[in-house]
Amino acid sequence: MSQRSVTTESAVVRFLLIGAAVLVLSLFLLLPLAAVFVEAFRKGWEVFLASLHDEAAASAIKVTLLAAGISVPLNTLFGVSAAWLVTKFKFRGRSLLVSLIDLPFAVSPVIAGLVWVLLFGARGWFPQTAMADTFAPAARFTAWLAQHQGFGWLFSDFAIWLADPKIIFALPGIVIATTFVTFPFVARELIPLMESQGSDQEEAAVTLGASGWHVFFRVTLANIKWGLLYGVLLCNARAMGEFGAVSVVSGHIRGETNTLPLHVEVLYNEYQFSAAFACATLLAFLALVTLGMKSVVEHFTRHTSSDHK
Amino acid sequence: MSISIQSISKSFGSYAALEDVSLEVPDGSLTALLGPSGSGKTTLLRIVAGLEFADSGPGKISFHGEDVSEIPARKRGVGFVFQHYALFRHMTVAQNIAFGLSVLPRVQRPQKSDIRDRVMELLKLVKLEGLDKRRPHELSGGQRQRVALARALAIRPKVLLLDEPFGALDAQVRKDLRRWLRQFHDEIGLTTLFVTHDQEEALELSDQVVVMRNARIEQVGKPQAVYDQPRSPFVYEFLGNVNKLQAGSDVRYVRPHEIEVLFAAEYEPLTDSLARVQHLFSAGPIATLTVRLNDGQFLDVELSRKQLDELALSVGDEVAVRAKPENEAVF
Repeated sequence: MSQRSVTTESAVVRFLLIGAAVLVLSLFLLLPLAAVFVEAFRKGWEVFLASLHDEAAASAIKVTLLAAGISVPLNTLFGVSAAWLVTKFKFRGRSLLVSLIDLPFAVSPVIAGLVWVLLFGARGWFPQTAMADTFAPAARFTAWLAQHQGFGWLFSDFAIWLADPKIIFALPGIVIATTFVTFPFVARELIPLMESQGSDQEEAAVTLGASGWHVFFRVTLANIKWGLLYGVLLCNARAMGEFGAVSVVSGHIRGETNTLPLHVEVLYNEYQFSAAFACATLLAFLALVTLGMKSVVEHFTRHTSSDHK
Repeated sequence: MSISIQSISKSFGSYAALEDVSLEVPDGSLTALLGPSGSGKTTLLRIVAGLEFADSGPGKISFHGEDVSEIPARKRGVGFVFQHYALFRHMTVAQNIAFGLSVLPRVQRPQKSDIRDRVMELLKLVKLEGLDKRRPHELSGGQRQRVALARALAIRPKVLLLDEPFGALDAQVRKDLRRWLRQFHDEIGLTTLFVTHDQEEALELSDQVVVMRNARIEQVGKPQAVYDQPRSPFVYEFLGNVNKLQAGSDVRYVRPHEIEVLFAAEYEPLTDSLARVQHLFSAGPIATLTVRLNDGQFLDVELSRKQLDELALSVGDEVAVRAKPENEAVF
């Protein structure tokens, strides 16, 4: 070998190391993934499709998409603001804020669900009955809006909810728990990135006459867009896959408050293995799509950040 | 436009970055803020740009007599070139240069085609024609710096401010760019203030040198004047090599090239000292000589090769040394 480098090990060592890595990867990552798909199709295509067409499955998919559809945009907004605040400004309590952002990662998901039950549950600090009293004027106002304005479809549902504000064992609880658990993803991704970029470009934009709006959208956001997308992807994957916290607040009402991961568990507990795995393929597929998009994003990040400094 | 800085102070917490600094930068001049790191020069530049605000007090910044202290950076009309250029990484060279024009309010914003023409004109001015579609990471350090310069000039600034303009470049590019910038300044005639810690750069490039130290201005003057008549030991030492000689309680400062070396036979007791050659370095056009005086102090001397050859010195020879009297200073 003419190109041998000093850091290269002998052939035997390399063979052993690579072999061990491949073995572990196959056993722990590829085998389970393959098992999901094999089990899902064990009873054939018809059963697979029927399991997805099932009413409870459709509802679970809908709840999952709704919860992710609300919590991911919210956390994108929160994450960008938090990262911007923490990296571009110096203020008292800044390091405390950075630690707080990590709190949902540090807390067990079960606890993350339980705190909401303690707050909004029937015996919690803000029980449904108390909130119904508080919201009563707002409910009446919204009901009036629903009758008199053009957004009836939007306000009427909201008015109904305000009259009977159910959080725990309902969609709002699922959204709150999901948002809480996935809060750190976007901020965590952006803070190191924005810290490494400093404020030079923003300052340059200001001396060139840019307003705060222009500085944010044309410089700050443009510089973090790939990191942001990456954070949003991870946030979304977790939002759709979250089990623990959602399990506590959802109440497992079939066809109403089950998310996809909860639905998989219910099916499994009922010994409907093929149906459980069929629904699990959706989550596995989501994981694969996330991984694929992640590598695309990483490619672009490398491409555009190679010139840094 | 002239820049007038009047009793500006700035502190970060308990650390004083600038203490009662006043300075006049004449219209059309190229002025260097020279000083070691921590002397406050970059802070002063950022205050002039409006990127930093001076402590409240009587201090103010004026451009051509007009007080701009309260005008925010985005409306102050300064061209600022950052040390690491701060080019927008995700934009092409042309988009970078056009940025200042494209963020103008709609009523003031030029037509797209006019912006394009202005960008091309600026690219020509900084000798970067044909690179408009490149991105910053595809450019060399020197090219990036000129893009940053073109971007700053696009908004037709009242004054130009450069923070360590050559700091991030390697030696050869530095020299070329230094010469180019001087010519460039003479062509456009824009009042320019730049920060540097390199005395050679400041002396060679500027019309006026401002030496700073510990949050204060130590001396202001033309490069030649500051070099020849330093007002303090600090300026003497900061601007090039210098010998410090203890004479009683005083310290005499004399530069190595301002010492004459004579044959020991020509020794004049009133003006000269006898010394012995300790070390000799003679590669290149200037020879450096270290001699040991009779009282034990060492002295560095710079001679031309020709002078050295005439003296035909070697280590251990005895010589007479004489400081050219007009150029020594006692503090």
